[in-house]
Amino acid sequence: MNSSSGKGSMSTASSSAAWKTGDVVPDKFPAGLRVLVVDDDPTCLMILEKMLRTCLYEVTKCNRAETALCMLRENKNGFDIVISDVHMPDMDGFKLLEHIGLEMDLPVIMMSADDGKHVVMKGVTHGACDYLIKPVRIEALKNIWQHVVRKRRNEWKDFEQSGSVEEGDRQQKQSEDADYSSSANEGNWKSSKKRKDDEDETDERDDTSSLKKPRVVWSVELHQQFVTAVNQLGIDKAVPKKILELMNVPGLTRENVASHLQKYRLYLRRLSGVSQHQGNLNNPFISSQETTFGPLSSLNGLDLQTLAATGQLPAQSLATLQAAGLGRSTAKSGVPLPLVDQRNIFSFENPKLRFGEGQQQHMNNNKQINLLHGIPTTMEPKQLASLHHTAQSIGNINMQVTSHGAQSGQNSSLLMQMAQPQARGPTLDSTVGHAPRLPSSMGQPILSNGIAANVSTRNGIPENIRAPGYNPVSQTSSMLNFPMNHTSELPGNSFPLGSTPGISSLTSRRAFQEEVNSEIKVPSGFMPSYAIFNDLNQHKPQNWELENVGMTFDASQHSNSLQGNLDLTQSVLVQQGFSSRQVNGQSRSAAVVSKAVFSAADGTEHVIAQNVNQHLDSLLVDNTIRVKSERVADASAANLFPDHFGQEDLMSALLKQQEGIAPAENEFAFDGYSMDNIPG
Amino acid sequence: MERNPMGRQLAIMRQSLFDQGYLDEQFIQLEELQDDANPNFVEEVVTLYYRDSARLILNIEQALERKPFDFNKLDDYMHQFKGSSSSIGAKKVKAESTLFREYCKSGNGEGCTRTFQQLKKEYATLRKKLEAYFQMARQAGPMETACRPK
Repeated sequence: MNSSSGKGSMSTASSSAAWKTGDVVPDKFPAGLRVLVVDDDPTCLMILEKMLRTCLYEVTKCNRAETALCMLRENKNGFDIVISDVHMPDMDGFKLLEHIGLEMDLPVIMMSADDGKHVVMKGVTHGACDYLIKPVRIEALKNIWQHVVRKRRNEWKDFEQSGSVEEGDRQQKQSEDADYSSSANEGNWKSSKKRKDDEDETDERDDTSSLKKPRVVWSVELHQQFVTAVNQLGIDKAVPKKILELMNVPGLTRENVASHLQKYRLYLRRLSGVSQHQGNLNNPFISSQETTFGPLSSLNGLDLQTLAATGQLPAQSLATLQAAGLGRSTAKSGVPLPLVDQRNIFSFENPKLRFGEGQQQHMNNNKQINLLHGIPTTMEPKQLASLHHTAQSIGNINMQVTSHGAQSGQNSSLLMQMAQPQARGPTLDSTVGHAPRLPSSMGQPILSNGIAANVSTRNGIPENIRAPGYNPVSQTSSMLNFPMNHTSELPGNSFPLGSTPGISSLTSRRAFQEEVNSEIKVPSGFMPSYAIFNDLNQHKPQNWELENVGMTFDASQHSNSLQGNLDLTQSVLVQQGFSSRQVNGQSRSAAVVSKAVFSAADGTEHVIAQNVNQHLDSLLVDNTIRVKSERVADASAANLFPDHFGQEDLMSALLKQQEGIAPAENEFAFDGYSMDNIPG
Repeated sequence: MERNPMGRQLAIMRQSLFDQGYLDEQFIQLEELQDDANPNFVEEVVTLYYRDSARLILNIEQALERKPFDFNKLDDYMHQFKGSSSSIGAKKVKAESTLFREYCKSGNGEGCTRTFQQLKKEYATLRKKLEAYFQMARQAGPMETACRPK
């Protein structure tokens, strides 16, 4: 019934080529569209299922997000589109959305009885291709196939004409090189925006949409190459065309890169509440918003307070953090936590902090900032400064977090300890004397903060603090190790410092870059990451989370990729979900990380550092959920998030490298390493 | 089509549910989903709704017994309840839910309690009416499914 209208027009288009990999009979399209609907409300689920069946779609229903993710992971090509409720008990709908977007790259439609503007905006920023208000009417479901077509078209178009400028079609405009970042985003952005308007989309359908295009799988290596290219270009200049050229992957289209870039940006943005002034991203469509970033930055100072107020950061932690400062750059402690705040806004979905416009801004900010984080070194001075700033705040936040648990005003010392124990894993708890971990309750929000902080601080703080001998690399490894340790014993305790370590790692990373200190003094630097991870994991019993976050690289894999900085970066970055490996190879991970760092030191340390940071953040943010569902505490080395940015990979790669250099333990217990190195 | 007196009665009963504001057009959406393959779809959905929402009602009741009120939690429960209720077209119940949430947002405990009592009344009334309606529908026979005014 409902499909007939669409079917008619589509059939001609689709009949020319298989709509998908043969799942839907072209002539009957969109009949047979495989829909996965996720909602914890059984009444709604039943109604939706019936409606979708009436639309002649193939429906699979699911009342838990975790189950849905499992289903999707097990059968990556088993579904064409996902419809999910926003409000679910086991996982936030937006989190699920993120996971799906990154792992499976399927169009996702969000639903909710809540029609508040901010929630809808959230759907947009998280990458939902549409947002339906409950109660859902069947008319709204009749045309959901358009999202599938659109996505395919974009991918295909890119595939077909990689690098060439399409005609003025909106979607084609995405491939416009003029404004790489903006066009990529714009295209996607517009597409997302337009998703809500049904009528326009039908025009998009032409023979290209019907062409089947194999979905590009962003493997670890591919992603690694992608991130490397992005880092080389600089976040601001990372336009799909250039990225594509740098990557030099046959068969990859600019469209693929563009959509991946957009997701990457969203991811980074979410990871770190980057300060607004990071906005170097030349996204024209957000240019107007950029000006608004200014005010946001001003909020930085307030953010922390707000965060604290909102409970994201325990008030006392906040105070502690602020008091403690980064431990390295005391001067910066004053920096408000714009990042954190922003991050919170996004990661914690804390609209109270800054809603609506603010959110928007954050979004943009974050996006930009995230990108920047990823490429601290390649960023221009001002960017770095921004990072700094951000890092500062994050560092501050981290500090807070750590102190919260640890109650130590000394982040550095904490870091030290954190680093050490974390590297060891089991010894973490014992070794970390005062690493009173952030209370599990703090966990997630803090972790996010921490993570974001890590990233940002990493990028930013290092500049401020040149901890001589502080190896950024080491940081990475520590981060990696951390997860491992965590796995071995995931005490909720030693990690609270996670956030702090992040800071230190950031700092060290920076220092690393500056000093090219091949010495792997990971310990301090890394530990923070771990701490963060731990915290992250903390509130989730599974160790995996930590692992995944930092560890996603397979030691074995990395050994191969350790050659060359870029390779390392790539492999490290790509392999985000190594957690399992990491568990086993705690030391290995650390080693890898160290190694990766080394390679970075050789030349691309910036990149690696960035990557690591980025990954860590992304890992942290995402791992909590992913790890849980995917990894079972053990050695299943599978990448948790193949599409993830391989922070972990980087780290693991780094660790791997290091491994060769010294046993894992050594990584953290660098002889020469001492907290003293960390500038305070 | 309404030659069947029971059918006529059923139609009248049905119409009054709409006229009196117990049901809104979402209910019609459900009716339209009913077909030969699922001849009792609407009744099944409503039964499922009452079964599942009883849990939410209980949660809210318990939450209202704990002082001080956890407005966030109350709002959360009610958000879920409202989503469910709106999906079957329970108009009055939905309105009370909305009101309850308003009171939650403004921290008005007394308003919450009062509204909740009203909501429960509407909830129970609707249930009785629908039960009667479905019973009548079963008696009127399958012809009645074709008598739904579009």
